Amino acid sequence: MANYIYLVPLFPLIGFLINGLLRKSLSKSLSGIIGSGTVLASFIVSLLIFFQVKEPDFQPQTVFLFHFLRVGHFNIPFSFLVDPLSSLFLLIITGVGFLIHLYSTAYMHDEDGPAFAKYFCYLNLFVFSMLLLVLGSNFVILFIGWEGVGLCSYLLIGYWFKNIEYASAAKKAFVMNRIGDVGFLIAIFALIARFDSASFDAVFGQASKASTGFLTMVTLLLLIGAMGKSAQIPLYTWLPDAMAGPTPVSALIHAATMVTAGIYMIARSHILYDLAPVSQTVVAIVGLTTAIFAATIAIKQNDIKKVLAYSTVSQLGYMFLGLGVGAYTGAVFHVMTHAFFKALLFLGAGSVIHAMGGEQDIRKMGALKKHLPITHITFLLACLAIAGIPPFSGFFSKDEILSAAYEKNPVYYVIGVAGAMMTAFYMFRLYATTFRGSFRGTADQQHHLHESPAAMTFPLVVLAILAVIGGFVGIPEVFAKDAHLLGKFLDPVLSTAKTSHEVMPASTEWMLMLVSAGLALLMVILAWTRFSRKPELNEASGFGKVLANKWYVDELYDAIVVKPLNAFADFLNRVVEKGVIDGIVNGVGRLVQYGSRQLRYLQSGLVGGYVLLMVVGIILLFVVQLFLRK
Amino acid sequence: MIPVLLIAVPLVAGLLAFLMKDGGARGLALFASLLTLVVAIWSVAEPNGSKLLEINTDWISGAINSRFALSMDGLAKILCLLTAISFPVIFISTWGEQYRKAKNFFGLMLLSQAGMLGVFLAADALLFYFFWEIALVPVYFLASQWGGERRIQATFKFFVYTFFGSLMMLIAIIYIAQHNHDHSFSLGAFYSARGTIKGSEQTWLFWLMFLAFAIKMPIFPFHTWQPDTYEQAPAAVTMVLSGVMVKMGIYGLIRWLAPVLNLGTYIWGDTVSALCITGMIYASLIALRQDDLKRLVAYSSIAHMGLMCLAVFATTESGMQGVMIQIFNHGINIIGLWVIVYLIEKRFHTRKISELGGMAEKSPALTAMLVIVALANIALPLTNGFVGEFLMFTGVYGSKATTYNVVFTVTAALTIILAAVYMLNMVQKVCYGGANKLTEQSLVLKPNEKMVLVVIVILILLVGVYPDPLLQLTRSASESILAKMNFNP
Repeated sequence: MANYIYLVPLFPLIGFLINGLLRKSLSKSLSGIIGSGTVLASFIVSLLIFFQVKEPDFQPQTVFLFHFLRVGHFNIPFSFLVDPLSSLFLLIITGVGFLIHLYSTAYMHDEDGPAFAKYFCYLNLFVFSMLLLVLGSNFVILFIGWEGVGLCSYLLIGYWFKNIEYASAAKKAFVMNRIGDVGFLIAIFALIARFDSASFDAVFGQASKASTGFLTMVTLLLLIGAMGKSAQIPLYTWLPDAMAGPTPVSALIHAATMVTAGIYMIARSHILYDLAPVSQTVVAIVGLTTAIFAATIAIKQNDIKKVLAYSTVSQLGYMFLGLGVGAYTGAVFHVMTHAFFKALLFLGAGSVIHAMGGEQDIRKMGALKKHLPITHITFLLACLAIAGIPPFSGFFSKDEILSAAYEKNPVYYVIGVAGAMMTAFYMFRLYATTFRGSFRGTADQQHHLHESPAAMTFPLVVLAILAVIGGFVGIPEVFAKDAHLLGKFLDPVLSTAKTSHEVMPASTEWMLMLVSAGLALLMVILAWTRFSRKPELNEASGFGKVLANKWYVDELYDAIVVKPLNAFADFLNRVVEKGVIDGIVNGVGRLVQYGSRQLRYLQSGLVGGYVLLMVVGIILLFVVQLFLRK
Repeated sequence: MIPVLLIAVPLVAGLLAFLMKDGGARGLALFASLLTLVVAIWSVAEPNGSKLLEINTDWISGAINSRFALSMDGLAKILCLLTAISFPVIFISTWGEQYRKAKNFFGLMLLSQAGMLGVFLAADALLFYFFWEIALVPVYFLASQWGGERRIQATFKFFVYTFFGSLMMLIAIIYIAQHNHDHSFSLGAFYSARGTIKGSEQTWLFWLMFLAFAIKMPIFPFHTWQPDTYEQAPAAVTMVLSGVMVKMGIYGLIRWLAPVLNLGTYIWGDTVSALCITGMIYASLIALRQDDLKRLVAYSSIAHMGLMCLAVFATTESGMQGVMIQIFNHGINIIGLWVIVYLIEKRFHTRKISELGGMAEKSPALTAMLVIVALANIALPLTNGFVGEFLMFTGVYGSKATTYNVVFTVTAALTIILAAVYMLNMVQKVCYGGANKLTEQSLVLKPNEKMVLVVIVILILLVGVYPDPLLQLTRSASESILAKMNFNP
């Protein structure tokens, strides 16, 4: 089956081509069917491959497709790697991706035919790129998918291109990603220069021969790439703006694709990170800082999608923390559970926005639970999952990361738990303000409140089930022996990663779990009761205003990067280019012209003058001859 | 045989065109350019070293030992292919354009094609110089006769600038010819001159030749002729200039300078690399502030040529192969950009980015094309631009010819970000937002325009996804040139 791996990205590619080329002639239902059907087909193939990979005697397999860059002593083939890590990501991408496609068929039904087809065309390309990213058997193919998802996010964030702000958000996403990508690229150049290869086999196989300094440099450069794609400090500001795209796109970007790429890449290269402890610490600190920082911002946001966006940034921070403390399985586990509940949250938010006629401000919502029963209950389950309340999925994955963090450094754990408390708080602030209390929208909006159609609620229900039970694939050792199925599955790839459960005494682990879950639960109750009764309706003031304005980071970047760069470019354009360089060139030209004008006066036409000059010349020649003879 | 055909077809057709009626000349030009394309494809199919790819007969003998020698290796093939693809693309995309004295216009276009093909094929330095000038003169007339308002000023600058460079090169060529074993202008004799010309001579000879090539590419700070000329020349001529003619500079560097004066190249490598990188960043920053589409493309091209030049001096396999494939890609992409700029100007009567906007709504097909070509221009993976840039950067990083390879790579890589900024800024301002008075009119592509753009997009994606055939085409040429560049210091 693994030999048919190329089918997995091929289906969405075909969908992309059909929807892209025939967008004017396809009917909407047909483009929807092609768009979602191709991803479903990929999911089925992925499932078959997954079962093959799960067999105990399976060996990772590299499937060669064709020569890509074959130059002199190095050769970068277009080939795919089938192993537990990639097959798990395939399932997440195509599975959650399919549900988002399905949901979109209903969510986007107001768009006209060609625009509808264009939407699915981009969506399919997105899935295709992400599949390339996780399937590539070398860093270059990974990078192709890496920039591919960047492109697709650009196209989809700017989907409503008539709004120039949306188009700007799209550009911002692309450029921020590019900044990270340059770091990634330089890492690839360094690896090729050192190992004459970019393939995972060759690089990881020879990694131990390289110096720690070199590995630290490479891993830090890779981290820059991951910071861009996975929205970590300082390259995170594009992700909250990325909500300019249609809501299902946010679900796709935040859950199934794109932002998880950085986690995948670092987990994939964990062998390098294991050999570069300094980089590991940096990864952990970046993750932890981002987790806390984004959580503080999320507390004061009033746009339903913005809260979710910052919660993604924060959750990604946890995954980085996991990677940094060596809990690679935990990080990947959290990618998986996060994909379930974050997709659910965004799709739920989409259902709310749909019902509210486009309104996104939670201050104008309230009491939606009556009108949107399915959306409400699934949203609630997702909130419980992300808040880390047992036995929902988020609890298990977050616990795994936090206990590994404790083992590395108890300070990490304390800060991590503080972030988790904030998560519980802002999620239930969001939940209570949106679904509880009294309705604060217009009468017209209230009149139109309705539950979304089945194509939208079906994905919600499926994702809700996964968000509830998804954690059971990673039950910690203290609950039951050998119950961490995910850990066992990923062990062949992430084996050198430490699993905290072997060393820590059971009592400590129980305590850690109780503390984090207990505090989260406390926050849930606090936020629920407080915001159901008295939602925050006024503009924030004081320090709250700083948080509501996202710590003014966008303004800061504008002041220290964008403006100076533009001013410098202006200076070059106006002064250096036109004045100095062209001035010199033209000056030389004018000098020649001036010289020739002066010389022209010699041609006076007076024969006497010519004769005089001739005589002078002859005399000069004689004199020169005389001197040269000697 | 094939090289002679490649030059003869446009040359004969060009001379014939002067004698024809205007309408006939246009048809003849297209026919001749297509015929040249067929011959070029034939040459690519012919294996390297085939007898059909060489010719060597008497030309000027006696006091000056120069022969009419043409030959074709992978590098020449890929350049001839680019030239041969470009001309039909140019003729078809500007098919509706009305020129005064059209027969002269098309005659001169074909003559310049013949000249450029000659440059890429010549295996004799004097012949190379001869074709170098032959290619320049028609372009000068084309730009000065059919150009925009400030054409005389712009083309005069262009001509004086490049002609000055050419003269410097001629001096160097004569010097090298006098100082090799058999006092010959042949390529082989030039390659053997490495042994006889001392390092101290190579240091100044290098600059005489490099100046000609640096002006042509152009390399900072010898670039100021370019934006003005591109702006003032008629669309078809701008396409010839930027798509093919600037490649003469990088070609000359690869064929006639780096392997001939290898010591000089090594000695000046860091200096030139620093110039290239300064120019890349400088041009990218200036591109950020351009409001005229043509000037934006011009500055973006200066940045891209800087990278190619940089990669040659890296003296690595991947760098050299990257340059060779990028020569082709850059030509295709920039002609694609020019076609789109031309269509926009023809339809909306402006090239000012600030006056355009919201084009995506009414002109979706052109917008899609613009986005794809812009993405290729910023080297997005799976477009042709990525293949070239990736290989070149890999080469620069892996360079052993300099100790500053990492610094060079990192600073040059900043342009990867800047390119995304200026290109996407342009795309946003031209295509997105609400339509304005101008862009409310839709721009419907005519069949000829659509065909050209589709061909360009197909080439972008084909080379981007499966570059292997082109890489293998230039492989042996790259290896043999690198072998000549290398020496044991």
